[in-house]
Amino acid sequence: MKQVYAVPKSLQPQATHYCPGCTHGIAHKLVAETIDELGVRDRAIGVAPVGCAVFAYDYFDCDFQQAAHGRAPAVATGIRRVVPDAVVFTYQGDGDLASIGAAEIIHAAMRGERISVIFINNAVYGMTGGQMAPTTLVGQKTTTSPAGRELGHAGSPIRIAEMLATIPGAAYVARVSLSSPANVARAKKAIRKAFDTQLSGAGFSLVECLSTCPTNWGMAPIEAMEWLEKNMIPYYPLGEFRTPEGGASNG
Amino acid sequence: MVEELIIAGFGGQGVMLMGQLLSYAGMREAKNVSWMPSYGPEMRGGTANCSVVISTDSIGSPIVTEPMTLIVMNRPSLDRFEQAVRPGGLLIHNSSLIDREPERTDIRIIAVPAVEMAREVGSDRVANMCVLGAYLAATGVVAYESVAECLKEVLPERRHDLIPLNLKALARGASMVKP
Amino acid sequence: MAERKLFKGNEAVAEAAVRAGCRFFFGYPITPQNEIPEYMSRRLPEVGGVFLQAESEIAAINMVYGAAGAGGRVMTSSSSPGISLKQEGISYIAGAELPCLIVNMVRGGPGLGGIQAAQSDYFQAVKGGGHGDYHCIVYTPSSVQEMVDLTMQAFDVAERYRMPVMILGDAVLGQMMEPVVLPDPRPTDAASAGWATTGARDGRAPRLINSIYLKPDELFQHNLKLQARFEQAKAAEVRYEAVNTDDADVVLVAYGTTSRVCRSAMDRARAAGVRVGLVRPITVSPFPYQAIADVARTARALLTVEMSLGQMVEDVRLAVCGAAPVHFYGTTGGIVPTASAIAEEARKIAMAEVGK
Ligand SMILES: Cc1ncc(C[n+]2csc(CCOP(=O)(O)OP(=O)(O)O)c2C)c(N)n1
Ligand code: SF4
Ligand SMILES: [Mg+2]
Repeated sequence: MKQVYAVPKSLQPQATHYCPGCTHGIAHKLVAETIDELGVRDRAIGVAPVGCAVFAYDYFDCDFQQAAHGRAPAVATGIRRVVPDAVVFTYQGDGDLASIGAAEIIHAAMRGERISVIFINNAVYGMTGGQMAPTTLVGQKTTTSPAGRELGHAGSPIRIAEMLATIPGAAYVARVSLSSPANVARAKKAIRKAFDTQLSGAGFSLVECLSTCPTNWGMAPIEAMEWLEKNMIPYYPLGEFRTPEGGASNG
Repeated sequence: MVEELIIAGFGGQGVMLMGQLLSYAGMREAKNVSWMPSYGPEMRGGTANCSVVISTDSIGSPIVTEPMTLIVMNRPSLDRFEQAVRPGGLLIHNSSLIDREPERTDIRIIAVPAVEMAREVGSDRVANMCVLGAYLAATGVVAYESVAECLKEVLPERRHDLIPLNLKALARGASMVKP
Repeated sequence: MAERKLFKGNEAVAEAAVRAGCRFFFGYPITPQNEIPEYMSRRLPEVGGVFLQAESEIAAINMVYGAAGAGGRVMTSSSSPGISLKQEGISYIAGAELPCLIVNMVRGGPGLGGIQAAQSDYFQAVKGGGHGDYHCIVYTPSSVQEMVDLTMQAFDVAERYRMPVMILGDAVLGQMMEPVVLPDPRPTDAASAGWATTGARDGRAPRLINSIYLKPDELFQHNLKLQARFEQAKAAEVRYEAVNTDDADVVLVAYGTTSRVCRSAMDRARAAGVRVGLVRPITVSPFPYQAIADVARTARALLTVEMSLGQMVEDVRLAVCGAAPVHFYGTTGGIVPTASAIAEEARKIAMAEVGK
């Protein structure tokens, strides 16, 4: 019999604590498949954030460190400098990376730190119960923007991929969406490229994954996917913003 | 007089609301009350519970670990809390959803077929009120009238049309219990 | 009697702050205090105030610095990991003599720890978690009503002494609901007229909010001034409650949620014939050293109870100064001690002491 699907070896075979329909699980799978393909499970070291993915170490079958809120890129830097042949990745939410950890991510990119960053943009603080994130869209209601995010008060949502693409040390920067099979396939390619970039020594790499949080968006999983495609993609265009070859492509 | 209870079930079964209703009713009767919910990502697992203390004296710990009364709306909650009930205490369970009998023999046990009862009065959604009605009839910790009055405060304005249904459910639950 | 309302601890703090005239809130989400910023995000715009979610706790506390320095009645709230990040800012606020309220709904640590109630930030709160010679005034409420009352008072005290005031709560106090009577709203004008940077209009001399004093003798004088003000607070602001201490063989010392459990434990012990009393600090900075020294003269022993592994007990020992044995019972990691365990501990101590 031909096997058509298997749980990636770099994932532990167990159910996650994520809510039904949450895209964190998809992102985990893509990262684990990449680690499997590259055969680097035994030198992969992950850094878990503070956010819903704080327990990522329970699911990945490789070494992990858990970092303070927003500091994963600094922790990864420490690991990188001690274990030169490690494959180091961080997995961070938008509150973690784009709000409290904005300084750390910028400076890791500035240094061209050879780490791969998986950035989960779900436009909200998931773990703490749906507060406004720096990526929350204008007009989007959250528990701390009850009347909808207001441009004049909270400013415009931050486009991390575009911003980091301006930094020379950032060798590979892409934005993908986890909202449809085709988009997930593209996301997989981007994550593979991010890890390839690290392995080739070219520098820092980051893949921003547009994601859903059905629980805090107050939507059913499918409805959340639709909301993402209709509202997030127009503001957060998909594509590669920087590649080691120097190209960029939107689409 | 003091009552210390735990109410537990799935999120969405209205266990927090039951606890709040009792607290409001106790406050209405000039008693001291405290309500303490489970909170945080723990709730994502799907179970919710709250501790309620109603007392004529000042209240010490608002966290109940050895309840005098346990109300459980689902099987995981029965499994988790049954052994904690104080000897001589009371256990009320939602027998529509719980597929085993409680094991304790040293406490009073009331089985409420809450879902069937709720359907009888008009909607599945008031199963929690049927159980609460049974609790009120069994213990008299707060008066039925106090709870009825407090529905207005606990339910959001847009749900006030559901008050008559809730009252029917409370009465239906109460009718199956001899005090 | 005024109308009682059922309030969640976190929301009660927020509403009390609004009624105390607080019009500026800067914070960052963290469990178990999210209801405070969430409430403020709805409530402050209604009264013409400003709620702003900062990018981090570090930013939030520095927004508080700026707002307080500009004369705003201002607060922030967080829980343990976030309060650690605020420590730098709190040190600057103390150095610059700015009034503000900081609320800490403590959860278990160290590190990310857990989200259940703890009291393990006592050292940080009381001994000055940031750098330098400074103190905050720290209140430890034990009920939702007391959180309301102390929040109202905290702004006055902060402004009177021009220093940061902290409410040291815990996850239980933040999450629980209890009936409260809310006080009437107060006027909002902060007592900052003489020093706030509001713009050197109409020919007034420029003002400066600052904490740098490079000349040692200037910093020396500055710190002495801060210390003198804390001495005044020591003389006037110490608060505690003593229950059944007159005839007690064993006096429990506990604050916050733990003090409530101790009260139940005391009742149980007394019902079983063990004479137990309770001292409950309501300020832990300044600490009620004298009150505890006084009970140590009559009690056979003291038993400090904490949701931490021995922090306040150091202050109790300082107060008692060898006059009586000081025992300790603590839980950690988010476990709230039970009344029965404390009563049993008190009974054992009483037996041992009476047997001596
Ligand atoms: C210093 C500090 N501040 C705040 C928190 C509380 N906190 C936990 S998770 C989180 C945000 C999570 O949001 P995000 O990074 O977007 O991840 P998501 O849960 O949405 O995947 C916050 C603020 C914390 N643990 N530590
Ligand atoms: S809260 Fe949102 S981000 Fe977190 S697990 Fe649930 S759906 Fe996913
Ligand atoms: Mg997020």
